[in-house]
Amino acid sequence: MKRFVYINDDESSPTHGLYCDNRISNRKYTLFNFLPKNLMEQFSRFMNQYFLLIACLQLWSLITPVNPASTWGPLIFIFAVSATKEAWDDYNRYLSDKTANEKQVWIVRKGIKQHIQAQDICVGNLVWLRENDEVPCDLVLIGTSDPQGLCYVETAALDGEIDLKTRVIPSACTGIDFELLHKIKGVIECPNPDKDIRRLDANLRLFPPFIDNDVCPLTIKNTILQSCYLRNTEWACGVAVYTGNETKLGMSRGIPEPKLTAMDAMIDKLTGAIFVFQIVVVIVLGIAGNVWKDTEARKQWYVLYPDNDPWYELLVIPLRFELLCSIMIPISIKVSLDLVKSLYAKFIDWDREMIDLETDTPSHATNTAISEDLGQVEYILTDKTGTLTENKMVFKICCISGNFYGNEAGDASKDKRLLNAISSGSPDVVRFLTVMAICNTVIPVRSKTGDIVYKAQSQDEDALVHAAAKLNMVLTNKNGNILELRFNTLAIQYEVLETLEFTSDRKRMSVVVRDCQNGNILLLSKGADEAILPCASAGQQTRIFNEAVEQYSQLGLRTLCLAWRELKEDEYEEWSFMFREANSTLVDREWRIAEVCQRLEKDLEVLGVTAIEDRLQDGVPETIYTLRKAGINFWMLTGDKQNTAIQIALSCNFISPEPKGQLLLIDGKTEEEVGRSLERVLLTMRTTASEPKDVAFVIDGWALEIALKHYWKAFTELAILSRTAICCRVTPSQKAQLVQILKSCDYRTLAIGDGGNDVRMIQQADIGVGISGREGLQAARAADYSIGRFRFLRRLILVHGRYSYNRTAFLSQYSFYKSLLICFIQIFFSFISGVSGTSLFNSVSLMAYNVFYTSIPVLVSVLDKDLSEETVMQHPQILFYCQAGRLLNPSTFAGWFGRSLFHAVVVFVISIHAYAFEKSEMEEVGMVALSGCIWLQAFVVTLETNSFTILQHLAIWGNLIAFYVINWIVCAIPSSGMYTIMFRLCRQPSYWLTILLMVAAGMGPILAIKYFRYTYRPSKINTLQQAERLGGRFLSLGNIEPQQRLIEKEVAPLSITQPKNRNPVYEPLLSDSPSTRRSFGQGTPFDFFQSQSRLSSSYSRNCKDN
Amino acid sequence: MEIASGPSTDSSAARTIPIDSSSILYEFKQQNLPACKPVLKPSYVITTFLLLGFIFLPIGLTTLCASRTVVEIVDRYDSECVPGAFRGNKVSFIKDSSLPKNCSRILKVRKHMKAPIYIYYQLDNYYQNHRRYVKSKSDQQLLHGLNSSNTGSCEPEESNNGLPVVPCGLIAWSLFNDTYTLIRGTKKLSINRKNIAWKSDRDSKFGKQVYPHNFQNGTLIGGGKLDPNIPLSDQEDLIVWMRTAAFPSFRKLYGRIEEDLKADDVIVVHLMNNYNTYSFGGKKKLVLSTSSWLGGRNDFLGVAYISVGGSSIILSIVFLLFHIKIPR
Repeated sequence: MKRFVYINDDESSPTHGLYCDNRISNRKYTLFNFLPKNLMEQFSRFMNQYFLLIACLQLWSLITPVNPASTWGPLIFIFAVSATKEAWDDYNRYLSDKTANEKQVWIVRKGIKQHIQAQDICVGNLVWLRENDEVPCDLVLIGTSDPQGLCYVETAALDGEIDLKTRVIPSACTGIDFELLHKIKGVIECPNPDKDIRRLDANLRLFPPFIDNDVCPLTIKNTILQSCYLRNTEWACGVAVYTGNETKLGMSRGIPEPKLTAMDAMIDKLTGAIFVFQIVVVIVLGIAGNVWKDTEARKQWYVLYPDNDPWYELLVIPLRFELLCSIMIPISIKVSLDLVKSLYAKFIDWDREMIDLETDTPSHATNTAISEDLGQVEYILTDKTGTLTENKMVFKICCISGNFYGNEAGDASKDKRLLNAISSGSPDVVRFLTVMAICNTVIPVRSKTGDIVYKAQSQDEDALVHAAAKLNMVLTNKNGNILELRFNTLAIQYEVLETLEFTSDRKRMSVVVRDCQNGNILLLSKGADEAILPCASAGQQTRIFNEAVEQYSQLGLRTLCLAWRELKEDEYEEWSFMFREANSTLVDREWRIAEVCQRLEKDLEVLGVTAIEDRLQDGVPETIYTLRKAGINFWMLTGDKQNTAIQIALSCNFISPEPKGQLLLIDGKTEEEVGRSLERVLLTMRTTASEPKDVAFVIDGWALEIALKHYWKAFTELAILSRTAICCRVTPSQKAQLVQILKSCDYRTLAIGDGGNDVRMIQQADIGVGISGREGLQAARAADYSIGRFRFLRRLILVHGRYSYNRTAFLSQYSFYKSLLICFIQIFFSFISGVSGTSLFNSVSLMAYNVFYTSIPVLVSVLDKDLSEETVMQHPQILFYCQAGRLLNPSTFAGWFGRSLFHAVVVFVISIHAYAFEKSEMEEVGMVALSGCIWLQAFVVTLETNSFTILQHLAIWGNLIAFYVINWIVCAIPSSGMYTIMFRLCRQPSYWLTILLMVAAGMGPILAIKYFRYTYRPSKINTLQQAERLGGRFLSLGNIEPQQRLIEKEVAPLSITQPKNRNPVYEPLLSDSPSTRRSFGQGTPFDFFQSQSRLSSSYSRNCKDN
Repeated sequence: MEIASGPSTDSSAARTIPIDSSSILYEFKQQNLPACKPVLKPSYVITTFLLLGFIFLPIGLTTLCASRTVVEIVDRYDSECVPGAFRGNKVSFIKDSSLPKNCSRILKVRKHMKAPIYIYYQLDNYYQNHRRYVKSKSDQQLLHGLNSSNTGSCEPEESNNGLPVVPCGLIAWSLFNDTYTLIRGTKKLSINRKNIAWKSDRDSKFGKQVYPHNFQNGTLIGGGKLDPNIPLSDQEDLIVWMRTAAFPSFRKLYGRIEEDLKADDVIVVHLMNNYNTYSFGGKKKLVLSTSSWLGGRNDFLGVAYISVGGSSIILSIVFLLFHIKIPR
């Protein structure tokens, strides 16, 4: 259960080579297990097993109606194609692993510093990192450049939190000399690898001559984990404890499973149904055949049945029919689907509208097999930081001593009044800017070009310092304790006396500085409103600040209050003494310091409130709005704090503020508390389910843990009831668990994230989308799709997903249609051929029919667009057809089944009557029937195609011509069975009349039904098609028009960044206004999903914006 | 909202990265190929059906007329040609080779028949398309004779007494062997029995150097025998017979009469009723038929065309009424 890591391990140590090296592997296959494993995997699919069985049966010449090569050829081809694809994918994974594995790192081996590849790190090695290096494996710190033994790491890739975290070397290692670190020896006792990134319970014991034999406890504070970045620290050095796939990150990565789309599952199901149908047909015909044989065929002397049959004779006829009907399940469907799926993926790669122009990253579909699922997404689980937001903090607006700046323009740094106040030197404003500029731990660094670069632990401080600089208060230099500021042209110096650090309990930080000009000592504070405003001096009115804070957070901004106080010399001296004392205590140090700080941070004069925006990415609210309108539910899973999460959720249309929306909190520290809370929330959910209210629940990681453990059922119910949820402070594996819950309720889930902490969830979800953003490419690498920006999700789902779904729906059903068509003809023919299993068609035609004649025209359906992209974007509700699987389900399939039956009857009846008597030559009749099938299928494709490009025409009519050309060629070969048949037929007027009759009789009713449905029972897709194609004529009929106005009305106030706040309203004034009711009421003609209870909580988000 | 943001991103994309956006390949990649998007407008659909009807009706009428111009005489003779004593057991009659099989039938020409008049024999309930039967031949052997050993498919008529049979297989073995002689008045009508098989079959499917060998020598005699001195390519009866029919009821060409038959002519047919259809209840018919540009007499196409044409006109009227009654 434990592993012992010997620091600076050499070959002689007992654990050498016991643990894996640092090779990261995301690969599925190795060179050796590829063939067996891949074959196993392919044969796990029912269809492949079936084809193999058929192919084997065909080797028995007694029963085979056609040449065995007609099945073996395609079968081997199919297997080769998918195996090649798998191999290629795996090779790419191998390459990306390789670049990570071959990164150069510094380690110490045998006391010497060496430059090696990351994959060669062994457990126990000393790894040296320099600033901004990525941590190659999990390390226990033993030394840093900082005299205190501190270092800063950015853990964003691990947990998504963007502030820098402090890590400290274990106490046993303090004070070890830089040189000696090379030779350090010791043992770390740590648990076996797990995936908990918040916990490490280990011990460290250094060997003499280092200190002593005392065991020093280690916590997660003493570690830096794989995929973190070292920041603001010159160097750090640590012992590798977990390496390769055994790191905390690697363990939470999980093994990617091959994903199967809902459509594939449906196709498999239908295939199963067809298979059952086929078995029934085979049994019926087999029995009929045997009965006919025994009653009739024995009388037919010319057939010369032997009197005593071998034992298997009874099986021969059924097996023959089995082979004859085996084409019912089209072997070409898999090839066609694979082909078009890769093309869907290519379309995503090629799409110019999904290129992130800032970084020039195109979108990429790594998994080429699941594009249809994009169109069927029901839940989107999204990460927050870096996914919804830019991961860039920007100072927006502020309130200085009661004056609001920047409300009109949305940007205080452009506010004339503020600029005037600055240039006139208004003391309040100057103080405010001073606090912004120096009340922080930011370090200004002059870059080579002379610009000032700020190194900030937190993005908020960074934003404030930058903003101050923009407002002419530039922090120019920090030299030891001396800070240099430049205000306008004036240089000011401050001496930092003390820094009262930020802790999450105190929620504020302060600095004590001495103004070098006049020697005054100042206390400058900044912090959360609830931490600063209560400390305001008794005389000051804080109401205005409270209002400001309230107003800003309604806008989704992060607020900080700034305050200051002048200290008297003796007060400072006295306090300073206490502070130093507290700093050196051993017990409860943090608490003592907090208490001392509290004594100083009182009677503050509040200067103002700043509002910082973690800017939402472009188009996020619109994207979420559109996708929610498309009936997709959103869950936000973030490692961030609850308040921030809620703020962001509000600002990007995730949830609506009261009273339109309702936020239910699930919290509690113990099992009972969480249980009670959960029960309460569930109760509310159930009662509000019928109301058009937007209810969302909020849960944090701790409560989630308990809920998942003890209240799985209740939580699952909650998950079903709730369209929106915010889960904060969740770990990567909890994210994956949540995905799992939704998946277990049979929802199609899409997980989108950008960091390493999202990898698990991305892999777990039906579709994983990675944002190839600032947090590295980890998520993008693990994901099925990587996009540059969140807003591309809309196009990915509504355009690519939807088209893919529609196209595959057509293609797969059509594939069954054409196979069934020819199969039904064979079955009918068997009734007039003594139920003996004769094939009407010859082997060549039969093979070419399935593989060639009928696959080419349908392949170009990948270019078919039922609605234009613009129309889909305007009416995202149309996605419902895909989500609910309206285009491919047993009933649509039954339609195609019926169609193929009907066409088979038409072709069969017409050919046997038109070619009766003296014309009834077998090859000719077979060719007539085949031509009929080819013509019909060409017209079926034509009728089902919504938009014709040149390629479609080429494929459909070109294919028809190719059919004749090929047959003419084959018919010119004397040895072929159908020598001269086609020439003969083409010369007969009766052949062409027969074909024309088949087309008219076959397509007439289909066209009539389609026209009737299209005109008098139109689906919403049809309605939109008509509207789109006939211009505005149908729009004016009032069908769609109100909806459009509604969209436009709502677009305007969407942008959070530009609130048109003449009178900042955060009460939902308009929620009951008549106009709103009209737009969302039952009467909206386009609201066609009313009956869907799950979607019926007609969602509205307008209150805040209006 | 997309109206606002869509085109803008589009144009900016085009600006920053210059691209030959007019190229077909580019449009294909962007799924933006110019497309024609037809709409099922009522006017189009109604016109289509109407047009269909007006094209189909005349075609149907023409076809029906063509079929009706064909004069056809069909005479079923299988049961009539069994002597009264054997009516109860026709099979024993046909199997007894010692009994005389000749039989006479009298046909009356109702309408003038223009030459050429085709003579067919028609078999009903005869499964030439049975799987055992239809496969039981060897194309190789028919072309190359004894040189070809590829006769596995001919089972169970592959060899006899250890010697290969040429032509092998059930189809050849069951060769139809009724013969007809036609007499008008007192004069025998000459029947041209040349060129009744497909030319392509005679030229490239049946060998010119292949002679029947060991044929019908077994214990079980099937159908007709072949003259072992005539090469297969000239055995036109066999060639016709081996073009297997797709349906259990079929006609095969026996020969042609190259002179006109006048109305009320009486034709006496002397036939040899050799072929056994009695064991399975098959019918045998003699057919004399003229032909039109469409072939023999077959009303199916004409009737089908007229009914399809008619129903599409009805359909177009129904749709028109719908359109007028319920305008959208």
